[in-house]
Amino acid sequence: MSTRLARGGRLINRRKAVTVTFNGRNYKGFEGDTLASALLANDQMLVGRSFKYHRPRGIVASGAEEPNGLVNLGQGGGFEPNARVTTTEVFEGLTAESQNHWPSLEFDVGAINTALSRFLPAGFYYKMFLHPRSFWKHVYEPFIRQSAGLGQAPKARDQDTYEQFNAHVDVLVVGGGLAGLQAALTAGQSGLRVLLIEQSAHWGGRAAVDDPLIDGTPAEFWIKTAVQRLAALPNVRLRTRTMGAGVYDHGYALAHERLTDHAPEAGKPRHRLWRIRAGKIVTATGMIERPLSFAGNDIPGVMLASAVRDYAVDFGVSIGDRTVVVTNNDDAYRTAMVLHQAGLIVPAIIDARVQADGALVRAARDLGIRVETGRAIARVKGGKRVTGVTICAHAGEGSGLEDIACDAVAMSGGWSPVVHLWSHCGGKLIWDEGLAMFRPDATRPPTGADGAGFVFPVGGANGMLRTADVLTDAVAVGASVSGQAAGDVPVAVDSEQGAILPVWLMPQGATLKLRQKMWLDYQNDVKVSDVQLAAREGYESVEHAKRYTTLGMATDQGKLSNINGLAVLSGAINTPIPQVGTTTFRPPYTPISMGAIAGVARGDLFQPVRKTPIHGWHEASGAEFEPVGLWRRPYAFLQGHESAHEAVNREVLNVRRNVGLLDASTLGKLIVKGPDAGRFLDMLYTNVMSTLPVGKCRYGLMCNENGFLIDDGVVVRMAEDTWLCHTTTGGADRIHAHMEDWLQCEWWDWKVYVANVTEQYAQIAVVGPNARKVLEKLDGMDVTKEVLPFMTSADGTLGGIAARVFRISFSGELSYEIAVPASQGRAFWDACLAAGAEFGIQPYGTECLHVLRAEKGFIMIGDETDGTVIPQDLNLGWAISKKKSDYLGKRGQERSHMVDPKRWKLVGLETVDGSVIPDGAYAVGTGTNANGQKNTQGRVTSTYFSPTLGKGIAMGLVERGPERMGEVIPFTKGNGTTVDVRIVDQVFYDKAGAKQDG
Amino acid sequence: MLTLTCPYCGVAADETELAAGGEAHLKRFGPGSTDAEFDTYMFARENPKGVHFERWRHAYGCGKWFLAARDTNTLEVFGTYPAQSSAPPQHIRDAITAKRPGWTWRDFA
Amino acid sequence: MADGVSVLGGVSVGGAVALRDLGLTGMVTVRGNLAGGALQAVCAGLAGVGFPGAGMATGTAAQGIAWMSPDEVMVFVAHDAAGAAVAQIDAALAGVHHLAVDVSDARALIGLSGAGARDVLAKLTPADMHPDAFRPGMFRRTRLGQVAAGIWALEDGSFAVMCFRSVADHVFATLAQSVKDGAVGHFKG
Repeated sequence: MSTRLARGGRLINRRKAVTVTFNGRNYKGFEGDTLASALLANDQMLVGRSFKYHRPRGIVASGAEEPNGLVNLGQGGGFEPNARVTTTEVFEGLTAESQNHWPSLEFDVGAINTALSRFLPAGFYYKMFLHPRSFWKHVYEPFIRQSAGLGQAPKARDQDTYEQFNAHVDVLVVGGGLAGLQAALTAGQSGLRVLLIEQSAHWGGRAAVDDPLIDGTPAEFWIKTAVQRLAALPNVRLRTRTMGAGVYDHGYALAHERLTDHAPEAGKPRHRLWRIRAGKIVTATGMIERPLSFAGNDIPGVMLASAVRDYAVDFGVSIGDRTVVVTNNDDAYRTAMVLHQAGLIVPAIIDARVQADGALVRAARDLGIRVETGRAIARVKGGKRVTGVTICAHAGEGSGLEDIACDAVAMSGGWSPVVHLWSHCGGKLIWDEGLAMFRPDATRPPTGADGAGFVFPVGGANGMLRTADVLTDAVAVGASVSGQAAGDVPVAVDSEQGAILPVWLMPQGATLKLRQKMWLDYQNDVKVSDVQLAAREGYESVEHAKRYTTLGMATDQGKLSNINGLAVLSGAINTPIPQVGTTTFRPPYTPISMGAIAGVARGDLFQPVRKTPIHGWHEASGAEFEPVGLWRRPYAFLQGHESAHEAVNREVLNVRRNVGLLDASTLGKLIVKGPDAGRFLDMLYTNVMSTLPVGKCRYGLMCNENGFLIDDGVVVRMAEDTWLCHTTTGGADRIHAHMEDWLQCEWWDWKVYVANVTEQYAQIAVVGPNARKVLEKLDGMDVTKEVLPFMTSADGTLGGIAARVFRISFSGELSYEIAVPASQGRAFWDACLAAGAEFGIQPYGTECLHVLRAEKGFIMIGDETDGTVIPQDLNLGWAISKKKSDYLGKRGQERSHMVDPKRWKLVGLETVDGSVIPDGAYAVGTGTNANGQKNTQGRVTSTYFSPTLGKGIAMGLVERGPERMGEVIPFTKGNGTTVDVRIVDQVFYDKAGAKQDG
Repeated sequence: MLTLTCPYCGVAADETELAAGGEAHLKRFGPGSTDAEFDTYMFARENPKGVHFERWRHAYGCGKWFLAARDTNTLEVFGTYPAQSSAPPQHIRDAITAKRPGWTWRDFA
Repeated sequence: MADGVSVLGGVSVGGAVALRDLGLTGMVTVRGNLAGGALQAVCAGLAGVGFPGAGMATGTAAQGIAWMSPDEVMVFVAHDAAGAAVAQIDAALAGVHHLAVDVSDARALIGLSGAGARDVLAKLTPADMHPDAFRPGMFRRTRLGQVAAGIWALEDGSFAVMCFRSVADHVFATLAQSVKDGAVGHFKG
């Protein structure tokens, strides 16, 4: 029975009862309890089932290392799986449910796996589910999926909010135990910015449980004083419930703060992810106690000795009436004495060491506690709860000497420094033979930008076991990271400790039968025998053995199991522990919420959406939007019950017959100015821009050095030394960066300045036979073809708004593009609609724009190009200067493959039956390739229904296409059949160009 | 998360404020170059475990390109310098030599 | 000429940190040799403030100059004065390689005031918002959430955020949510 003691519990407030619900039953706890201590206080030891064998699982630990106590927490929008009971603080109304069992926690059908366990050894899945292959989809995968995962995925949308915070500090101290507090105190004296974070709600770590005397006062008093002194320092910041999750390059660290988990409050963020840039990082992360590997060490009631002690001291909870302590070191004797002093019974301390006579051992003996040295637990008896242990000689194979009745076992296999943060960014470890632990190797730290180590482990995390050593270390590290001389060290008094005896198997010669019952990883069900099997099958690397057995791969990431597992592997392959090494420590230290990773970026704020000055009108006018980069552009404007396809057809015909209005504000606009601007543009574009007369427009192509087409657009010469370059919608920032790159990094002596003015202007295209009438109605500029001929530009005012007008056309129709200041864009748009009403003006979207340009055979970057297409492939030779000695891409285009006459080149395509070719269709060639696939001879790049022509039209790249006019070739339809397609001229509409002048 | 100091504006910029631009000190080969020269210019890149020279742009800041000398293995930064440099300046080379005696990178040492 | 409208339409929200659309502002990008006396003089004259050094800004977001890069400043004037300002700069720098362009409508300006303003900014930017590091008179181009922004620590202790027009409402909404989420309490004073 575990129960609440009549007295004790330094962290709980007995005057304030709290009711929590677990599996539908109410439990009484106190303010200050964790869910674990509240459940244990009510004899609820069984909290879950293991992953593979569905073994009953009880609470093992009292902190972040807990592998078993994982529950579904909350409901609906507040639901969270895999919440750790040992770190979950209770509040009134908390609800939790256990995981991984069916139909109930007490009776679980899946537990049959435990009876089958000898058929389910390490690597079972790899061996069993290999053949036959056909079984994968319908037999193996559903089975594996069914049994995978512990908690359930949340189904409802997360109701909480989350945020992030960026902090720049000189010194980040992770861990608020004695070491962290003292290191922060010392470093804080320097005046540097210090941030001290602690994962739990309390300062002081486990010091107050063991209660050494510090400066002549109890630890608890010293801790309180230290926190007060830190809080008084203006340069020091303190955060509890903030877990140091990861350490990354150049002093970057992540911390996860739990703001309202312990006291849900609407309107406040639940978690806050701290993005910390620290000059130096002190890891005061303490130690974690190791379990011992003896048969039955997974039966509920077997716990870490330190956890048994924590529950008694911190929460006033006894784990059992009769607790056997089993250990290989002195520290566990503290547990025996705490229990004894609480009036509980410790039938025996089983110590694997032949000799044990340290101060703590003597003190336990003096209390009359039976100490058995050189002994081991042969096996634990019990099913869902410990009922007793059989002891044996540790040196032997496990023959029982004596049965001891008990309802709890407190085990200690020694302590491991928490080296995760030290290791995340490359800090190396050394195996300390004397202390039987991996600890940070100060000579091989993770290094920062200056080449020096930037992580400084301190105290327990640095392998210090005694309070005096911890504080001395903390003062030294605190001084060193803040560039000061070490100051006074608080005087600490605690018990000296005798030497540990490394014990990786108990008893050391245990039979296979016993080893098959020794758990290493409680959550993933990995046993000593599994690791030994992996070693026998050749998985000798610790990383391979980990993946083969799944040791340490559960949600606790092997905090309890990793060292024991690699020690077993070390024994199995007869290689010393330091040579076996550890698996890689990866962030986060304990799981962090997905919400905190997203922060404020969710819902409407998930991603910035770029909006043009006319966006509001589009939204209010039936626009169906499509994303173009981060912009949202109207795809089509739906009227009444129209489908999008019907709307596009209407918009196309209206442009061809009357006049259409397009929001082209997203087009990139770059001003290029300077004495060398012409020369620069001649290098950037394939044709010549330096000879363009002022006021004139020219279509230009831009290639990368590989020769491939990257962007196109109309260039306007605005003044003798100034050009305006239009780019594609997606190209503005990219081409601006491209220009700056060449100006800054290659031709840095050229006098050219570039400014990106894309967003300064709203750009509106007025397109169609009535376009001129609309502008004339607006009034203010002479837009006749005599004054403003095709491919020219003029400044003026239209409808009272300052405007720059370009006579350019992407549709073949009479067309004006008008740029006005963005703040007046909406006003100008409204004016165009009003002026155009009598001429049948209608807005049109991007799909109409695409159909119009395809009817005219104009290419679109991203449709006709894909990063492997050169302008020559698109019959754009007319836009490539033959005279220029150089331009970006020229050399690339001279390569043999680029001038191969067999390249796929652009042609028009139309089906014999008038249907629309599917997007992405390929032209089927003759024969097959080396893989037995049919050869191809071309592909479709743009395909639409043309309402103007009443049939499907397309463009595509076809091998020697332009030489094969009139030829009919098959294109795939995507359903196994083909459609006959005739190769035609790419210009389907107004080949003579008669329409563009109106 | 790398932090590099922009030599133009002096800001210690976070990796998320920068845009990476690949290898530094490439010599451009245009029309008239041999296939081998062009191939080297376009595609032959160093892949060192150790000293390396890279192009970075302070994209979310002053917009300037700069060059960085750093160790790809330890992430130590030896220095940053303006993009208008056809070779690493002497003080950068000295800084590298102080930490990595005998280093070489392409034709630089 | 028709009156222009600010992209944020004059929106403001109160609270511990007040957010406010600073409205239509004349902004002129000037690129050139910033050490040039004529350039400095014409910019300073237009804004009526001193010429800023690297990483700094002078005056206010209504009348001021912000250092954008080693060869670029932004001059802030009244919205209807931007066109004339460009002409004045071009005249003063005739014959000197430079670029002056009216970009008044390309960007939005958002004011932040109140004790928690640094907390709110630090939720979104990787730049150091500590009062010792980011002092009044400094101007930092950086990232705010997912977009580019300039953050200006004004002499009166308030802040101005400059971002592109197309994402202005995203930036405002992100700032507003960050205000709503409450103080962090990391910066004292």
